[in-house]
Amino acid sequence: MLTFKLALKNLLSAGLRTWLSVSVMAFAYILIIFYNGMLDGWNEQAKTDSIAWEFGHGQLWQEDYDPYDPFTLQDAHSKVPKEVSEDVVPILIRQASIYPQGRMVSVMLQGIPRNQNLLELPTKEIPKSVDGSLNVMIGTGMAKTAKLEAGDNVLMRWRDKNGTFDALEITVAGVFKTNVPAVDAGKIWVAMEDMNRITGFENEATYLVLPKGFDHENIAGWEYHSLENLLEPTEKIIASKKISGYVIYAILLGLALLAIFDTQVLSIFRRQKEIGIYIALGMTRWRVVRMFTIEGASTSILAAGVGAVIGTPLFIYLANTGISFGMNTQSMGLTMAEVIVPVYGVGLVVTTIILVVVASTIVSFWPSKKIANMDVTLALKGKVQ
Amino acid sequence: MNTITAILVAFLGWQSQPSAETIMKKVDENMTSKNQVAESKMIIKGKRGSRTITSKSWSVGDKKAMTEYLSPAREAGTKMLKLENELYIYNPSTDRTIMLSGHMLRQSVMGSDLSYEDMMEDRKLMDIYNAKVVGEETIGDRKVYVIEMEAKVEDVAYAKRKAWIDVERFVPLKEELFAKSGQLLKKTTMSDVENIDGRWFPKTVLYKDMLKDGEGTTFSLTTVKFDQDIPEYIFTKAALKK
Repeated sequence: MLTFKLALKNLLSAGLRTWLSVSVMAFAYILIIFYNGMLDGWNEQAKTDSIAWEFGHGQLWQEDYDPYDPFTLQDAHSKVPKEVSEDVVPILIRQASIYPQGRMVSVMLQGIPRNQNLLELPTKEIPKSVDGSLNVMIGTGMAKTAKLEAGDNVLMRWRDKNGTFDALEITVAGVFKTNVPAVDAGKIWVAMEDMNRITGFENEATYLVLPKGFDHENIAGWEYHSLENLLEPTEKIIASKKISGYVIYAILLGLALLAIFDTQVLSIFRRQKEIGIYIALGMTRWRVVRMFTIEGASTSILAAGVGAVIGTPLFIYLANTGISFGMNTQSMGLTMAEVIVPVYGVGLVVTTIILVVVASTIVSFWPSKKIANMDVTLALKGKVQ
Repeated sequence: MNTITAILVAFLGWQSQPSAETIMKKVDENMTSKNQVAESKMIIKGKRGSRTITSKSWSVGDKKAMTEYLSPAREAGTKMLKLENELYIYNPSTDRTIMLSGHMLRQSVMGSDLSYEDMMEDRKLMDIYNAKVVGEETIGDRKVYVIEMEAKVEDVAYAKRKAWIDVERFVPLKEELFAKSGQLLKKTTMSDVENIDGRWFPKTVLYKDMLKDGEGTTFSLTTVKFDQDIPEYIFTKAALKK
């Protein structure tokens, strides 16, 4: 206990030197927790939005369908299998072109049942098309790219099931806002009944969005993709971002640990007489080593306290208001909300504290072990060793 | 009396106007040769200016064709071989030949208003369309028959076509391609009709995608020779790399 008391007293009496190290380390704590919290928040939000808008709870893909290869779309459609229940949402994709302001823009025409409830897409708001008209719905990203607004008409060209060209002036009945670019960029959503009418397909789909608890069987001609499987690309992006984050806070933590290391080296150099007195008064060498190590390691514990005092209100504020990046992430194809609400888990905070305390203990011990080999007489005389 | 005269005139007029089938047959006879060797330039007009691509092509009927691009330097050496319903493209920079299929055929040829698929249709129009003469008009100083065609088979790209055929020379002077809805999609205008080796032939064709802005793509023949001795090896995949 005496060792602890002495270590703490020494640490606090070092004044500015201690508080400088504590400040850098507290900043490292806050940054590590903030960055990880932000990535975890992004991950949570991307998962929630992707499930709500795009993936459902898994999908069945027609065997020829490859979302990364548009050349597969022409043949990627089959009759909706009889084995699936009615709450599955079939989506039929055909390629088309629209001509806003005389420019040709390639689009994916996506047919979806108007009365579906599984996805957040506001399909019920697509008005019924009458007298050969065609009402469609697009996302804000698509509206921006094509310079279209709700109520605008634009000419669209597509091919029917036989490959014959057809063209019609379509009406943008509504523009929806989503964080999921996969259902927005280059997509035009149309009610399945209209899709069937204009293409000649009947009860066909490119992929099926599955509800929760769907008991997937092996259905011939269809490939099952679990939710984990569908979320994998997003998780990989976030994992790669975390790695780049590690580099940033390794540098920051490295600087803070270097400050502790330097302080320790300087202490042992300047406090040789003090070390000699401790030993002369009966302390074992290793007890003195322990005391100096505790002094160094206490910097990180103090920093955790300072970090908590500054960081807690900051994190609470950010968790309530979120962080706006002020950029259009839609154009980057990432499922990312305009405002990300960070998620701070207990695990993240505890792990960070343990990591920093262990690292600072090691860097404090490293120069302190020199004390074990010190000549006490020379130390008492204050001679440099 | 007037009614009888009108009926008589109409009857004689009907008698003097050949059927659409006869007209299209004469167009085929005029336009189709045993084979053809031509040098041409394609002027693609876009918003940022125009590009000119020159090429030389060898063709036998509608089934076989080889085109070699001569300029600009970036395209020079690129070759395109059509064998019935297969289309191969050779790129000298990669020294590779690829076969275009499916959706790739719907891509534009060198950024022009033409798609590869437009070049691939080799069925006779009369085999896939029901045609009828709907009237006579004048284009410039030429009298033309107006022929409307409606698809009689399902797997055609254009549900309707309209063609304006020179009454005397049996050369198409204009053609319009329509979607199922009746929307005009493409328009082709032929000009510089010349008598070459005894047949009337349009040396300049303007292709225009009617849905896009822009002035379209002009295709001009600089030289054309019919019924030549074309070695058979020209229409082989091996010839692409030579």
